[in-house]
Formats: sequence, C-alpha cells, structure tokens
Amino acid sequence: MPISLDPRIPDGALADKWANQQANFKLVSPNNKAKYKVIVIGSGLAGASAAATLAEQGYQVDCFSFNDSPRRAHSVAAQGGINAAKNYRNDGDSTYRLFYDTIKGGDFRSREANVYRLAEVSGQIIDHCVAQGIPFARDYAGYLDSRSFGGVQVSRTFYARGQTGQQLLLGAYGALNRQIHLDKVRMFTRSEMLDVVVEDGVAQGIIVRNLVSGEVSRFNAHAVIIASGGYSNMFYLSTNALSSNVTATYRAYKQGALFANPAFTQIHPTCIPASGEHQSKLTLMSESLRNDGRIWVPAKQGEHRSPADIPQSERDYFLERRYPAFGNLVPRDIASRAVKQVCDKGLGVGPTGHGVYLDLADAIESSGKDVIEERYGNLFEMYQRITSESPEKSPMRIYPAAHYTMGGLWVDYHLMSNIKGLFVIGEANFSDHGANRLGASALMQGLADGYFIVPSSVSHYLAEQKPQLVDTNSDSFNQTGQAVENRVADLLSIKGKHSADYFHRKLGKLMWDNCGMARSERGLKKALDEIPKLSEQFWQQLKITGSGKELNFQLEKAGRVADFLEFSQLVCQDALHRNESCGGHFREESQNTEGEALRNDDDFSYVAAWQYKSGKTTNQPAPATLHKEPLKHEAVAPDQRSYK
Amino acid sequence: MADYRINVWRQDQLQQQGHFEQYLVENISADMSFLEMLDVLNEKLISDDLIPVAFDHDCREGICGACSLVINGIPHGKECGTTTCQLYMRHFKAESEITIEPFRAKAFPLIKDLIVDRSSLDRVLQSGGYVSVNTGAAADANNVLIAKHTADDAFTAATCIGCGACVAVCRNASSMLFVAAKTSQLALLPQGQPERLERSLNMVKQMQLEGFGNCSNHYECEAACPKNIPASYIAQLNRDFLNASMSSKEYEHQTHCKSLEE
Repeated sequence: MPISLDPRIPDGALADKWANQQANFKLVSPNNKAKYKVIVIGSGLAGASAAATLAEQGYQVDCFSFNDSPRRAHSVAAQGGINAAKNYRNDGDSTYRLFYDTIKGGDFRSREANVYRLAEVSGQIIDHCVAQGIPFARDYAGYLDSRSFGGVQVSRTFYARGQTGQQLLLGAYGALNRQIHLDKVRMFTRSEMLDVVVEDGVAQGIIVRNLVSGEVSRFNAHAVIIASGGYSNMFYLSTNALSSNVTATYRAYKQGALFANPAFTQIHPTCIPASGEHQSKLTLMSESLRNDGRIWVPAKQGEHRSPADIPQSERDYFLERRYPAFGNLVPRDIASRAVKQVCDKGLGVGPTGHGVYLDLADAIESSGKDVIEERYGNLFEMYQRITSESPEKSPMRIYPAAHYTMGGLWVDYHLMSNIKGLFVIGEANFSDHGANRLGASALMQGLADGYFIVPSSVSHYLAEQKPQLVDTNSDSFNQTGQAVENRVADLLSIKGKHSADYFHRKLGKLMWDNCGMARSERGLKKALDEIPKLSEQFWQQLKITGSGKELNFQLEKAGRVADFLEFSQLVCQDALHRNESCGGHFREESQNTEGEALRNDDDFSYVAAWQYKSGKTTNQPAPATLHKEPLKHEAVAPDQRSYK
Repeated sequence: MADYRINVWRQDQLQQQGHFEQYLVENISADMSFLEMLDVLNEKLISDDLIPVAFDHDCREGICGACSLVINGIPHGKECGTTTCQLYMRHFKAESEITIEPFRAKAFPLIKDLIVDRSSLDRVLQSGGYVSVNTGAAADANNVLIAKHTADDAFTAATCIGCGACVAVCRNASSMLFVAAKTSQLALLPQGQPERLERSLNMVKQMQLEGFGNCSNHYECEAACPKNIPASYIAQLNRDFLNASMSSKEYEHQTHCKSLEE
C-alpha cells in the first residue's frame, strides 16, 4: 500500500477549521448506529471517555483493559490539573492564548490546526466534568478555582487537590459504567491486546489475550481506537505505572501504521530521586509545587551543611537566575535540563548527588502553613512516606525522571492513522504536544480526543462503511491470530536463565544514558549498536516459569519487554536523524553558548513518521523508513523559544 | 540491610486448596518499598525455577488501588492511611517475620495466590454510581455554584481508590464504606440530586446481590482505609437509603383510570 500522509486539515481560517469540519462530518442515522461496532483499547481518560461517548451515541462498543478495572488506568495518577481557556480570572486568557502557549511550549513541532481545536474544546471539558459531579477545587464564593502551571503566565489550570487525574478518570469511568449497565459497552478487563488485524489497509479487529485464562481470542469491529497511553517505561524507571507499555501502538506500527516523532519524550523535572538499585519506579511530585516552591542548589561544590544552615547568599536559585521572566515556572524540558546541568557540575544534593532542593520555606512564611498544606497536603504526605523526611521542615529533593511521551502513532486531523479505521487518541498519538508537553495538557488532550473529537470523526468514517463485519475466521484473522499464539509459545520455549525484568533494566539504563535528557550522535550510535545485541540475548536467555494457560505475569512482562527492545531502536533512530535540539529532544551537538537548545527550522520543521521494515527475523527490525509531514506555521511564526 | 522471613499464601486457583509457604528474603534495605521486597523474592523464585508469587499492583504510588495485601493481619499493613505499595521496609522490624494473605471476602473470589477478583465493586458502581449526563449536554461550569466546604466534603468522599480494604477488614465483609463514599460524593453535590434516592437504592441492592455483608458499626473500615475516608459517610448513605425506601417511585402518580380503558 502506498503511504498517504495527508493530514486532512479542513479549509478556512484557523479559528473556523473545527466548525467547518463539524459542519462537513457525515452522520450515521440514529436507527443505523447500533449496526456498527467499535473497539476501544484502553480505559484511561481517552479510552473511557471515547467508549462512553460512542455508546451514548448508539454504537456497540467493546472496551479492553489489561487492568482488573477501568478505574486503575494510569491516568488516575495525574496530579496537578487540567488546562482550559475559560478566562474566569480575567487575566488575559483566550482560546488563542492557550493555542499559542501550547504551540510555543511544544517548540513549534506540532500541527497548528490540531492544537487550535484542542484549545477550542478545552472549556467544554470542564463544563462536562463539573456536570458529572467531579469535585474540582473552589473558592469561598463557590466558583471554580484555578492555578498556574509551567510555561504559561495565566491561571488556567483547574484541579482537584493533587488528585485531578483520579477525579477526571472516575468521571469518565462513571460514564463508561453507565453504558456498561445499559449493555451498550462490553467491558473486557484483564485482557491485553496483542495485535491489530489489518486487511487491505483497513483495520478489521484485534487479537486479545485473557490474562487470567491465557486464552487468545479474536474481536472484529468496523473501527478500532487505540488509547493505550505512552511508552516512558522503555527507560525502565519512569513515573508510569509498572504495566504501562508500548505493545498496542508498536503492534499497530508493525502492521503498517506510521510512528511519529518517537524520540520526543518528556523528562519531568520534579520527581523523588532514586534511592538505590532495587528501585522499581519513580514518583512524581506535581509541577504545581513550582507555583510556591523555589528550586536551588548550594552555590559551591562540596557543600555539607544541612540546607537550613546554608545562607541565602550561598544558594543558587538557578531557574530564577537564568529565566527571570518565568522563574521556577519554566516548561518541563527547560527545568529538567537546568537541573541536569547543575548536577553535572557537581552541585547536586542528597546521597547520590542526583538531586536539587525544592524549597517551600518562603511560601510557608509568606502564605502560612495552613494555606500551603491545603494546596499540597497530599503531596507532602507522599514525599514523607517515601523519603521519611518532612517537606515542611527541610526542602524536598527532586530530580528529573521519564514521565510522558509526546511521540506516538501518526494521525491526521480526524485522529485516524494511515491505516483506515484505526484511530489513535490520548498519549498514544503524536498530535498535539510537539516536542514538549506543557503541564496539565495531557488530561486536556485525552478528554478532548475521547469526549469531543473522536466520536465525531469515527461517526464520519462509519457513515461510509457497510454494516457487514469481516468474519473472525477470515484469512487475515487466522494469520494474525496464529502469529500471536506462536509468539506466546516462542517466549515460553526459550527456557534461558534471566527474567524479563533483567533485560528491561539493562535496556532502561542504555536508553537513559544514551537517549535521555541529553543525546549525542556517539551515544545514540552506541545504543543502536547494543540494543540489537541485548534483544538477541533476550530471545536466547529469557526465562519464564509456569505456562501460558494461566495467569502468568512473567509472560505478560516478557511480551512487553520484547516490544520495548524493538521499539527503542526506532526511538534512537529518530533521535539520531533529528540533528537539532527541540523541546525534550536535546542534541548536544545543537546548543548555543549558554547551553540553550538550538532548533533548526530550515531542516527539521516536519513530523518524522516512520514506517516499519522487517529485518532478518520478525524480532529484529531493519532500520525504519522515514516519511515527512511538513509543518506549516501560519498563525504563529516560529521564533527562539525564550522564557528569560 | 536485613533479612525477613515471609509467610505467603499460595493458591493456584479458586478450586484448589491454598497454603502458607515460608521464604527467606535477604539483604533488604530499609529504603526499599514492600513491593520491591516482593520483587526481590520473585526474582529469586524465578532463578530457582519456581513460580513467583502473583500479586496485584500497578502505579506504586498509592492511587490506582490495585495493590491489595493483608499484611500481618491488616489490609495494607498497620501504617495509617497507606496503601501496600507505599509501605517501606523501614516500617517493619528488621529480621522479623511477615505474613501476607489475599483480601478475603465472599464477593472477592480468589484468582491466584494474592490476587482476588474485585469486579463486584465495579458492578456496584455500574448500578448507579454516576450522574447520567451525556457528553455535550452540560452548561457552563460556573453556572452552578458550590460552596467550598461542600466541594471539599464531596472531594474527601471521592478520594476512594476502590481497593476493597474496607471489605477485607470487615467481619461482615461489608462494602458499605465504599458504597457510601461514592453515593455521598454525588449526594453532596447539586449535580447528583436528581438521581440521588434511586442511586442509593440501586447500589445497596447490587451490593447485597454481590454477597457483601451489612454494616454493624465496628468502623474497622475507616481504620483500614488507605485514604482515611470517614465512616460518617455511611450514616449519609443510610439516611438516603431510608428516605428512598419510604418514597419509592412505584407509589407516585399512578393512574386510577384503568377501568375506563378496560
């Protein structure tokens, strides 16, 4: 099949495009909707909201989650908030400003039309969530409260203490539950999608393994929506839940879907530093702390005094010093890099030297302990539980950690991939955050996609499909289903000596060292040399005890690690080809004398969409083929992104 | 670094007999989380060609509600307001013996080892734990004002992570705290009013169908809840349930003109 990279951006001025598109969307008549079936993979914010909304409209929906309940999806862990251009504060916010901040925050590597639409629907999300009974923070008059997040100068982040993701997910889960109760959604929990079935360039269904019985089964549908989240766990240590993985999107990629900008990963500046080799995950401390917290390190190396004993004059508030306009609220990529730079200079604090202080002492003094506790109480508790130190007595120690992936499957304006009928939403797609995502924008995007965008564009697609479904005994289903069963059998048959975790840790270290916060040609080439060797070892030395006909978490993990091993080669290939620094992608070769990222718009103002190419075995991919979608910046002229 | 003797409940599946197995885990640092200690145990079991211990976990930051162990007799262990994944080995006496069991309740059938099926809680929520609003129907978010203390009170109820510790600790295996947290969140907010009474009836009915017991006011649920949700929400649910039972819709607006049609 020839590759089409038509983004299908509607005509008209930027502000009119979404309205024009909606006016031109085809509809399915209410009587016919029940004849169409849609599969949704994932039940986080994007998946649950899409499944519920499509079912409300009358479609039959099958929704799949590898968790035991939709409400466990990792969206639940988002802390800080959700952006919306409500301008309730009268502080100069508008749809355009949210659009502008997001485009600039993404370092001019995202599609203008998509981002403008995101800003346009942001307000409706808040309206809907309030109607669902989500208890957002309110002021004493009963109006919705808001706060500021990194990279913006208005207060547009709505929040529910430090648990906004949980509250929004419970809202979407409630909507999903209502449709399950009405028999409009069939919910499959503890079920993992292991492949998508594609025939003649059209998505026909998926292959699923039941994680309790081990049974592999086939599901057909008129459209498939992937909402499986991001792939930060390729770094082994990240802020993601342990089972978050790339399998759904990577399998779709192997079936021909293009993977866009895989190297655009976000390293979050404020996480609790790792304490030792045993570490299984890293815990984020919400960016909202940077509203009141000041980040600093001792001004000179070899400082051994406790932080309280270090006088102001001997502290370096390096973000405030380098970026006076935004101070501690610079975007995540810039803050993370600045933290890395001071630690590389030997100024880091804590037992490992990989840490800086996030200090709330000044805020407690000026606003009072009660006010600060009200804002961040649950974060303080979390910090204290993990480190056994109280943030109210001594400053927190924080260090950057892998957190979010802007890259994802390529989608057009309809959120459809280059495979017809295969839609991708939420973190799993690439579309809205460019090379760096602003805080509180992930929840906004997941819900915009799921509640408001994909239900319309899927309807438009279904309006042109015939109601007949492809039989699950067709050649394409047989072939893909058999391949999935073979792969499970292959993993079980290796009988080597190391657990999947052993390989995952090794891969994570390779990726963090060579494709993390700073990337160089030398490091990336080294990773590209070593990962295939590690992958080969994996397929020779993996050990799984137990069988495939029962609950076997080693087998689940092994399948995911196998996909990470292949996928991380694509990430390194993308990072190597993009010889510029932009957003979270920092190439050491491309920086100015002050250590700031240097973008190269002449050569790299495009979306890098990669096409899978098979190698000598099914587990050893050849270098992928690059396709480019040029980015047109019509509303905002790209300039040097300055937060000074 | 310390060693621990761990007694773990092993059971292949519901239909088989389970038993405790004792393991020694060595060189455990105080900064390790409790689940990381179990990871160490599992790595060792795999290297010895044995089947590792199955347990539910995911976010490992105390919010997804997946982890679900009874540790030394108490769901999520004895630390107050903490999930299992947020326990650290510094919370355990060095060189001590630790006993780990699954959450036990009729409504939580065992799947394997320490993993139980908690989908009964999902079905209770499916029976009415939401506001029935379709996407697109909402008015502006600031149209309805909600007093700050009301929103805060609803939020406290809404922090429930649906782990089921309240059920596991209760001698009646009652899920009243879970159900009450959900109904109270919506009962406190204006958006939850139209379906308020029906919701409490439906959810209590489903709770009983699933095999959860009733509340007998021991309040152990409140003590075991990793999110410190107060048992006073149960009183709120009871009031709504009583009110709903006495004003059931079946008796409202019935026509008396049947005979004319006949």
